[in-house]
Amino acid sequence: MKLTLEPILSAKKVNAYFGAFQAIKDVSLDVAPHSVTALIGPSGCGKSTFLRTLNRLHEEIPGARFEGEVLLEGEDIYARGMDPVQVRRKIGMVFQKPNPFPSLSIFENVVVGLTLAGVRNRHLLEETAESALKNAALWDEVKDKLKAPGTSLSGGQQQRLCIARALAVKPPVILMDEPTSALDPISTARIEELLGEMKKEVTVIIVTHNMQQAARCSDHTAFFLLGELVEHARSPTLFSNPQDRRTEQYITGRFG
Amino acid sequence: MRNRAANLGDRRFQRTLMALSGSVVSVLGLIAVYLVKLSWPAIREFGLPFFWSTDWDPVKDHFGAGAFIFGTVTSSFLALLIAVPLSISVALFLTELAPRKIAALVAFMVEMLAAIPSVVYGLWGIFFLAPLLRLHVQPFLSRHFGWVFLFQGPPYGIGMFAAALILAIMVTPTITAICREVFRAVPETQREAALGLGATKWETIQLAVVKSSWSGIFGASILGLGRALGETMAVTMLIGNRNEISASLFAPGQTMASVIANEYAEAESSTHIAALAYVGLALFIVSFVTNFIARRIVLRLQGGASR
Repeated sequence: MKLTLEPILSAKKVNAYFGAFQAIKDVSLDVAPHSVTALIGPSGCGKSTFLRTLNRLHEEIPGARFEGEVLLEGEDIYARGMDPVQVRRKIGMVFQKPNPFPSLSIFENVVVGLTLAGVRNRHLLEETAESALKNAALWDEVKDKLKAPGTSLSGGQQQRLCIARALAVKPPVILMDEPTSALDPISTARIEELLGEMKKEVTVIIVTHNMQQAARCSDHTAFFLLGELVEHARSPTLFSNPQDRRTEQYITGRFG
Repeated sequence: MRNRAANLGDRRFQRTLMALSGSVVSVLGLIAVYLVKLSWPAIREFGLPFFWSTDWDPVKDHFGAGAFIFGTVTSSFLALLIAVPLSISVALFLTELAPRKIAALVAFMVEMLAAIPSVVYGLWGIFFLAPLLRLHVQPFLSRHFGWVFLFQGPPYGIGMFAAALILAIMVTPTITAICREVFRAVPETQREAALGLGATKWETIQLAVVKSSWSGIFGASILGLGRALGETMAVTMLIGNRNEISASLFAPGQTMASVIANEYAEAESSTHIAALAYVGLALFIVSFVTNFIARRIVLRLQGGASR
């Protein structure tokens, strides 16, 4: 499909392997800036693996291999001499299970990306923490206990803390790997609400096994099956008028 | 009928095992009771000042264990000072950095260190470590750091320094093994959280692994301390066996365990025997308490990790 804007992130002929097993086959995908793209598909279809190739986290798994190109703002993050550490500072990630650092306070958790990057200015850290927590809709709940451990919060709050942590380094792109699958419906709704707000600041790519979630809060949806990208379209189009028979079968609940 | 017979057999079996288990447990109590009984004359005569008096004089039948307590504490503390950073490093290498095959091999070798008999460590210490210290390490230290009281005096080789080094080697496998378990219990999601934020490998290890493992490292160290406190043979062979407190690490010393091993055979007066038993009782209590604390910490962590 044709995007109206220049893509901020562009995957070209991505192949990913675990040892001899090929998990991703020739996937190409363009992502428009300030949009939410949902990756859907049955378990084991490679949507999470694909997501993890986008910030070079895939290669941290022993035996994992990658082929292809991923352009971030026109620059290949897999180019020779490209430092994965720098890549991950520009492409943030929120994981399936909330994973704040148990040894750090709420405040320290939010700004840990900045302190890793060497920021020591207390004023700047406090300012960033406040705005990131506000953007993650957590500020009002934690502003009086910033020194409490991050793990003292509820599951939903912890996940919003992780979102704040990712937002705090102001990356152009944030990847989310089933961020609500471990949460209750109310916490899930809050995070879905947040997605709409977040795209003012960042581009979001979210893996979800929940088709309603994809339909509710994404602009574009990509359907993965057996490591291949079957269909990629505007979400309303994909869900109302799928072009591929397999997409239709999946979204109508024939399998999955 | 058959059923009843089987039940009878079961009951007998159960009772036998219960009796055997009970007898093992009662050994612990018997040792404690016997130590108290044996040391009773010394407890009555010297009381608590026994633990800080440094006057150990079998000829005058006057005994104080201060020098040995100093020796035990100093040698164990020094051993931990060396062994804990070493063990943390090895455990981090094994869990975070080494390829699986190399990790398995190195872990096996480290664990084998724990299987070497204490007396063999002692021999190696006397014939390899002590000469090395005497000829190279200690002269080097006194030349460059001689202004520190710790590195003054003649380089004997054998002494507090050698004993602490051998203890460090001996407790390293214990501390490494526990640290490995503690590090392995850190969920993968923690490491990914750090990596995903743009942390380097080293920063990931610090942030996700080490920072959340301090209480486990502490438990592992206390467990190592428990081993170091009671270690007898290798220390006795290497510490030099002089009943004195010296500021210098090069000087010979004596530990609670080594004085018992050295003197029990020649102790003639009943007071001397009682005094040695008193030292043994103190060592028993300290080791018991140390191990108890360490196990509580480590077990709690293991319980926490499996949740």
